[in-house]
Order: sequence, then structure tokens, then C-alpha cells
Amino acid sequence: MVLSAADKTNVKGVFSKIGGQADEYGADALERMFATYPATKTYFPHFDLGKGSAQVKGHGKKVAGALVEAVNHIDDLAGALSKLSDLHAQKLRVDPVNFKLLGQCFLVAVATRNPGLLTPEVHASLDKFLCAVGTVLTAKYR
Amino acid sequence: MVHWSAEEKQLITSVWAKVSVEECGAEALARLLIVYPWTQRFFSDFGNLSSPTAIIGNPKVRAHGKKVLTSFGEAIKNLDNLKGTYSRLSELHCDKLHVDPENFRLLGDILVIVLASHLGRDFTPVCQSAWQKLVGVVAHALAHKYH
Repeated sequence: MVLSAADKTNVKGVFSKIGGQADEYGADALERMFATYPATKTYFPHFDLGKGSAQVKGHGKKVAGALVEAVNHIDDLAGALSKLSDLHAQKLRVDPVNFKLLGQCFLVAVATRNPGLLTPEVHASLDKFLCAVGTVLTAKYR
Repeated sequence: MVHWSAEEKQLITSVWAKVSVEECGAEALARLLIVYPWTQRFFSDFGNLSSPTAIIGNPKVRAHGKKVLTSFGEAIKNLDNLKGTYSRLSELHCDKLHVDPENFRLLGDILVIVLASHLGRDFTPVCQSAWQKLVGVVAHALAHKYH
């Protein structure tokens, strides 16, 4: 799966519109993921996953930051995410299926917070981008 | 049989009350064909699907989207018997339409995003949870008669 020039423009557009609120989108996506797909909580036994959790907010900020970094280097996702890819392969070992689940929740977060932003074309591009990020993060698993 | 809590049922029906079946159905199907273009393989007789604009404006897409979401309405009235409700449709999708059940999961995820965009912040995490459960169970019911 290849990101076209239009895809890259669309994705950059989303993140520039989201701007400084990316952290909230990240936390929102995580909260939705834990509520909707309870099995994902198994990766966070050390977290307080209750409503308004500071740990979830903090982790949402981390996830959002990584996505922003990826967008800023969208022509070289593998390079931009290389360290995170190592981390997921060697230490975190989150099952690949979960990246799709988080991706779905991120799309829902954008849809609820900024519906006008998520036109069908942008939806397609953002979905592709999130898939590509998941692929990179699991690329070194075996 | 799937168990639905009272809260889940309430979240499902309250969202459904706010849904325009025609609009959301059309939008969900159009987005499926745009976001996952390989799904167009089932609609070769729908005419012009050559661009997002063409797909969104395509009257056959709109009509079929409405049909699909209307069927969802039946599911919501029969939450305690989804396999029975979808038995005939399941056979149809297997024997006549030859649709990989993965497509039901894709459409379900798209529908959740469409609902989210229409309801905004009212589409809370618990709301999303109930609806993701519903679309998953509907997809499962539609695949149940496959052989």
C-alpha cells in the first residue's frame, strides 16, 4: 500500500487542522479503544484506565506525538518510526491486530470532534496512513 | 445468543432515533467503496464508480445504501434474535452474492465512523462500544449461514 501525493496532502491537512489538540485526540482514541475493545487493556495492567486518567492522557500525548512526527516525515515513515518500531518488536510486542483497532478509534475521534474535516477522500487517506503506521511498527516483529 | 445490557440497548436505540437511514446508508456505502476500493468488485453493474464524486452521487449507491441500513433497523428491533433475522440474507450473501464476510466488518466500521460524524461528541466512548458490538454481531449473523 502506497501513499499517493494526494493522500499525503490530505493527511498533512488533517494534522495541521488538529494542531495543538493532537494530544486530546490521542487520549480520546485510547479511551475509546479501551471502552470498545476491552482486550486492549491487557497491555496496560500498570495503568489506571478510569475516566480522566492522567496516565491515559499522558499516553495519548505520546501516541499523538508519534503520529505528528510520522506526518512530518511522511515520505519516510520507516525511518521516522524506526526507533518505535524496534521498541514494539523487542519490548512491547503488541499484537498487530491492535493497531487496526486504535486506528479505527482515532478515525472515530476525528469524526466526532471535527466531522467536516473527514470527507470521504480524507477518510480514505487517513485510514491508509494509519494502516501504514501500523505496518511500520510491526515490520520488525519477525 | 448475544447478551445486551439495558444500557447497550438504550444507547443503540437512542442513536438510531437520530439517524436518517437514507442519508447515513448512502454515506456509509459510498465511503466503503471509496475507502476500500476493492469492495467495488461487487457492484460492477452500478455504473460510474470512477471517482469519489461519482460514487457519492451515484443513485444506485444511494439506493443500495438505504436498503442496507434499513435492514439494520430490522436488526435493532430484533436484538435478541439476530441470527434468525439475518438467516435468509446470510444464505443470499453466500450462495448468490458470494461476498466475503470480511466486507461486513469493513462496512460496520465505516458505519460507526458515519454515525460518529453525525452525532459528534454525543457519540461517546460507551456509545461507540455498543455500536461496534452491534456491527460486529450483525456481521457475524450475516456470515452464520456460510458454507
